[in-house]
Amino acid sequence: MSAILEAEGTRTFIVELDQFSGPLDLLLTLIREEEVEITDIPIARICEQFLARIHGLELSDAAEYLEMAARLLRIKAQMLLPRSQDDESWEDPRAELVRRLLEYQQMREVVDVLEDRSEERRNRFARGWVPSDPAPPASPLALSLPELLSAVDRVLRVATRPVLHDIVPRALDVDGAMARIRAVLSLRAMARWSDVVRPGAEPWQVLSALLALLELARRGELKLVQMRPFAVVEISRDAASEAA
Amino acid sequence: MTPLAKLLEAALFASGRPIPTEELAALDDEASGAAVAAALDEIREHYDVEGHGVELIEIAGGWQILTRAEYTEAIERAQLAARPQRLSGAALETLAIIAYRQPISRADIEEIRGVAVGGVLKSLHERGLIDVVGRAEGLGRPLLYGTTPLFLEHFALRHLEELPRADELAIALRVVASSDATPSPNAAE
Repeated sequence: MSAILEAEGTRTFIVELDQFSGPLDLLLTLIREEEVEITDIPIARICEQFLARIHGLELSDAAEYLEMAARLLRIKAQMLLPRSQDDESWEDPRAELVRRLLEYQQMREVVDVLEDRSEERRNRFARGWVPSDPAPPASPLALSLPELLSAVDRVLRVATRPVLHDIVPRALDVDGAMARIRAVLSLRAMARWSDVVRPGAEPWQVLSALLALLELARRGELKLVQMRPFAVVEISRDAASEAA
Repeated sequence: MTPLAKLLEAALFASGRPIPTEELAALDDEASGAAVAAALDEIREHYDVEGHGVELIEIAGGWQILTRAEYTEAIERAQLAARPQRLSGAALETLAIIAYRQPISRADIEEIRGVAVGGVLKSLHERGLIDVVGRAEGLGRPLLYGTTPLFLEHFALRHLEELPRADELAIALRVVASSDATPSPNAAE
């Protein structure tokens, strides 16, 4: 809380509020400072001081303090109401607050005890606590060489003989295919796939032709048109490039 | 030292946490409860009389060998061990309430402290000082919190009853002392 308030450059006494762990703590401190009996709180004076202390707090930070302030104001108002001297049904409006304050003060006394005890323990070291191993390491394998070899033999016997393929690198000839397509299109304005790729062509020739077609289309030298799926692809000279 | 005392000393040295008396007794089938108690006394006296740097402490329902307070500074300066961080005032207040009123719901803690305690409860839980011990019967069945054995360890308490009883505190609830407003460590059991 203090960091925010300090950053916003508010008055210094607000920083003090960080010393208090809550509205009851602040209230107890005021009562102690004023040296008054907790059971007979001069509610008007304490209420005023309480409001002065929390004045200027950020609303969100002060919600708990504001609630207490409202409570104090209500008690103050109740105390001001006139009453007859011998009214036995009159109940001190401070009673609930006093009960809470006493309860709180009692708890603070316990805090002092706990603080002393924890300090006592803090000043003593125990043996460093080491967590137990998550799992014991596996025991080493007891294995002889013949056993190992027979195991390898079993594995090899089960494995099927691998099928070996000869892989011959055969580069695609995209440039050749492009030259051929240009040659075809120089003779006629329109061609078909079958004009570009001879029947019975090798896969690499088909691929080369395909890549060449796409490349030429990308460069704008020709146009590829397919009227519907699986229809014959029509290859035509591109009008625009021709004009250029 | 007797053989039993040596055995117990070795066990206490080997353990990083306090060892309950029953577990110490289980180290030797033939040892009676009285013999174990006598052996523990023997170890403690041995450390105290001969002047050792460690002492035997009864803590958190068990026994633990701890270094003596006078050597803390030197040990910490040499960075061999570090003291744990102190708890904040808010954390101590919350713990005090839980210790006396457990099992207790968050709303009841907030009623006594007059502030929200959600964040404090979370960090106390993370530090292992409190735990969820059940749910209340009431509306929404709120979680109920209680202290853990680590709480006793942290505050060098043998057991919860070692905390001062409500009527031993200087401020007894004199006004409108309703029964449920009187903290009682005995009720915690």
